[in-house]
Amino acid sequence: MALLLSFLGLAMIFSAGQVDVPSVATGIWRHQLLWLAVALTAFVVVSRVPLRWLEWAAPGAYAAALGLLVLVLLVGTGPGGTRSWLDLGPARLQPAEFAKLATILLLARILSGEQRAAEGLAALWKPVLVVLVPLALVLVQPDLGSALIFGVILIASLYWAGVPLATLFLLVSPGISLILGFSAVVWGIWIVVLAAFLYVHRPYLGESLGMLALNIATGALTLPLWSRLEPYQQDRLLVFLNPDADPRGSGWHLVQSKVAIGSGGLLGQGYLHGPQKRLAFLPEQHTDFIFSVVGEELGFVGVLVFLALLTWFLARTLRTARSTPEPFGGIVAFSLFGVWFAHVLINIGMTVGLMPITGLPLPFLSYGGSFLVSVWVGLAIVERVSAEA
Amino acid sequence: MLVTSVLLLTGAFFRLQILHSSSYELRSEKNRLRAISVPAPRGTMYGRNGRLVAENLPGYSVSLLPGREDTVRATLSRLAPILGLSDEEQGALMQKYRALPQRPLLVSDDATFQEVSSIEERRPEFRRAVVDMRPRRRYPDGRVVAHVVGYVGEISEAELHNPDFAGYDAGRIVGKAGLEREYEDTLGGEPGVRYVEVNALGSIVREMGPGPAVAPVPGKDLSLGLDMDLQDYADSIFPAGHRGGSVALDPHTGEVLLFYSAPTYDPNDFVGGVDLETWNGLRTDSAKPLLNRVTGATYPPGSTWKPAVAAMAMRRGVVSIDEHMDIPCRGALRYGIRVWRCWKPDGHGSLSLAGAIQQSCDVYFYQLGMKLGLDPMMAGAARMHFGQPTGIDLPHEVSGYFPASRAWYDKRYGPRGWTESVILNLAIGQGENQESLLQNAVFYEAVATGGPPIVPHLVRSRALASRRVDWSLDLPERERKQLVDALVAVVNAEHGTAYPWRLRRWTVAGKTGTAQNPHGEPHSWFVGFAPAQDPEIVVASLVENGHPDNTTSLAVPFTMSVIRRYLEELYPVPADTTPGVGESRPGRAPRTGRR
Repeated sequence: MALLLSFLGLAMIFSAGQVDVPSVATGIWRHQLLWLAVALTAFVVVSRVPLRWLEWAAPGAYAAALGLLVLVLLVGTGPGGTRSWLDLGPARLQPAEFAKLATILLLARILSGEQRAAEGLAALWKPVLVVLVPLALVLVQPDLGSALIFGVILIASLYWAGVPLATLFLLVSPGISLILGFSAVVWGIWIVVLAAFLYVHRPYLGESLGMLALNIATGALTLPLWSRLEPYQQDRLLVFLNPDADPRGSGWHLVQSKVAIGSGGLLGQGYLHGPQKRLAFLPEQHTDFIFSVVGEELGFVGVLVFLALLTWFLARTLRTARSTPEPFGGIVAFSLFGVWFAHVLINIGMTVGLMPITGLPLPFLSYGGSFLVSVWVGLAIVERVSAEA
Repeated sequence: MLVTSVLLLTGAFFRLQILHSSSYELRSEKNRLRAISVPAPRGTMYGRNGRLVAENLPGYSVSLLPGREDTVRATLSRLAPILGLSDEEQGALMQKYRALPQRPLLVSDDATFQEVSSIEERRPEFRRAVVDMRPRRRYPDGRVVAHVVGYVGEISEAELHNPDFAGYDAGRIVGKAGLEREYEDTLGGEPGVRYVEVNALGSIVREMGPGPAVAPVPGKDLSLGLDMDLQDYADSIFPAGHRGGSVALDPHTGEVLLFYSAPTYDPNDFVGGVDLETWNGLRTDSAKPLLNRVTGATYPPGSTWKPAVAAMAMRRGVVSIDEHMDIPCRGALRYGIRVWRCWKPDGHGSLSLAGAIQQSCDVYFYQLGMKLGLDPMMAGAARMHFGQPTGIDLPHEVSGYFPASRAWYDKRYGPRGWTESVILNLAIGQGENQESLLQNAVFYEAVATGGPPIVPHLVRSRALASRRVDWSLDLPERERKQLVDALVAVVNAEHGTAYPWRLRRWTVAGKTGTAQNPHGEPHSWFVGFAPAQDPEIVVASLVENGHPDNTTSLAVPFTMSVIRRYLEELYPVPADTTPGVGESRPGRAPRTGRR
């Protein structure tokens, strides 16, 4: 089934390349075919590796991934002055994709090693640190989408490891403060809510006061930090937070995507024949907005088919996580589910305007070798978890 | 959570693709199809003898589709030898490209057929070049007819808001002046539409279909009453270096036979946008070449107005054609505290009305004016539409003016600022009286035909030929004939003010005039018609500062030549006829000749 999804994805990438305007997307389906071969090989290899070995290799892989992330900051290339790709001549790697896998493995190893789930925040310093380091590195690139995914990894793995929701809530609260800090009123309400929560919930006093202080600090830091950013960085963040206010055309992206999808109707304009796509009105149609091409050319029926396949794939990963008694495999599978779910929800959601526009690719469909390989490697691990259960 | 999210997404797609599909489909079409206006060729204008007045030359525009800078530069350098682009012009075009790199670059809007065909022959080399038809207006004898035809140009921002141009799109070529403007609805046609498919950058991807989706409707042709040969002739003999104009009417149809204003300009310079240097040159020229001196300027009518006073007085029974005034002309008339002079210092002696017209005696008309009275004169002028536009089919006709009532004087000079003596000035065509050449010609048409004049018009049409003004001289035929005889005597009897320039073969009736003006030498007028008993042509001419002394009256020989030329066209001269007096020496007259 995953293979079917991959080939359908390839077909869509091929279609996305069929435009009337000379574009980089024209020949990339061949690259994607090569990458698929690489991904399938990786799948076959990884699916034969016992989970114990992966658990053992996790720290090494994590260290290697961090090394690559540092390297990419030094010599990386990428669109619009970002540094997210390692140019290896014939191919380009996105170290962030592999860092995500390595981080999942290391987190699972740490959390499954604990005797019982941590309840206090202080006990979580290790997993938080493991995630914050690569998160900070991808933020510098900057790659906000990947940074968000690292957050998802942290929460998903902690949740599966049995950390109480209240603790998780406290964990993310400084981040919320950072965002709400733009408006003094909203932020003030947030601090009151947080204080009330702490009072009712009563964790350790030190932790309570510490989190409150941290929230106040991040909230207060928001504006000074913001004003220190370059305008283009501010734009990037604004696009992330509110696409409608984008001064450089994200609104246009969304409008064009909606026009493409809406004009698809029930049965679509026909494979290869989407006029919006052909005339390059769709932005990033082979990567971020590939699903708009699906909507335009295959219509609501095609959208349902793809949604069903992706849901099946996600549900299967979730089932694997549930069915395994073994904590390491369970945490890994659930984290992978969390990551893919976030990708699917955000990517498809943004094509219809339900989600902010971020550069998160759609599993199996979007063009991008590193991500395809990482999805297939993840799939291999899930298969392994399922087999060993 | 998974199920909820998937349902949410499904719902969003359902809403977009099933519920709102049609509106998005429409937007998708609008997104990719661009309507491009296909200009309609303007109607052609022909003169009376079939000669072209305004035509369209096939013209082409060449533009380049947007692309990378080096591609555009390379294509441009290959195009350069074909279109004759200099290095500087290429540089300027590249600069234009860099300013708007995603728009098609207009390389030339005035390419010839040869240039365009060599581009088409080498199509593979010029994949990015787009060739469009763009008919170009041309006036074969533009200089001679400039003030009649006007010119065309791209519609301006102001005109886009003008209700006359409702439904016009920016970029359309419209009539800006003259007939082009007046008959824009007829000449303009309807532009067609062709659709091109464009991509997100606005570059043209392909044409939709082989031809335009909506074919342009060409403008209708105009057939003019204008005699282009006469027009040329007038241009060739108009006193060199002088400003002025001449207009001739066909009294049978009201068609304008001649419409000439000097100095003139070349309306071809305005087609496709006039360059700043030419424009500033024309605007700042002290001779005002853009001024239409036939319907756009007014002058004091001078003595050409005297027959109007005579007609009013005869109609009221104040005077008859052989009646003398109380005081004979001794060269001046004392009235109030002032001495009112006649143009002839020696005086004319005692004259009848006919003699006073023939010799243009001011002293006679001072007395006739007083006898007629100010109020009847103002009423008579108003009745004959002096001070009102004639209604010719041209834009911006001036109205001139003539006082309508005593209140007019009160307002202008204050109730005590003027006296009854204004009548003396008015009686000889000076003072508060300004007429255009065309207004004067229409009055003489009334004298020539006896009926209500036809509203003058340039375009030949039965409907226009039946539109008459609602006044006439309103004189018994016998008295009108007497007036005409007096005008015949002006030209054909000894002591007549136009006698030196009489034609031998044709009996011209008319009146000279000298318009005093503060800007130098008096203007020279002649208004008349011929043949006197059965008129074929009515002409009014004025040469600014054309009356420097009592023996020079530049408008008279000019008008005589125009009349002779036209009548000889109608009735060719038998071979044995010798030229008449005056025909061989236009310009100066040996004998007396003022007014």
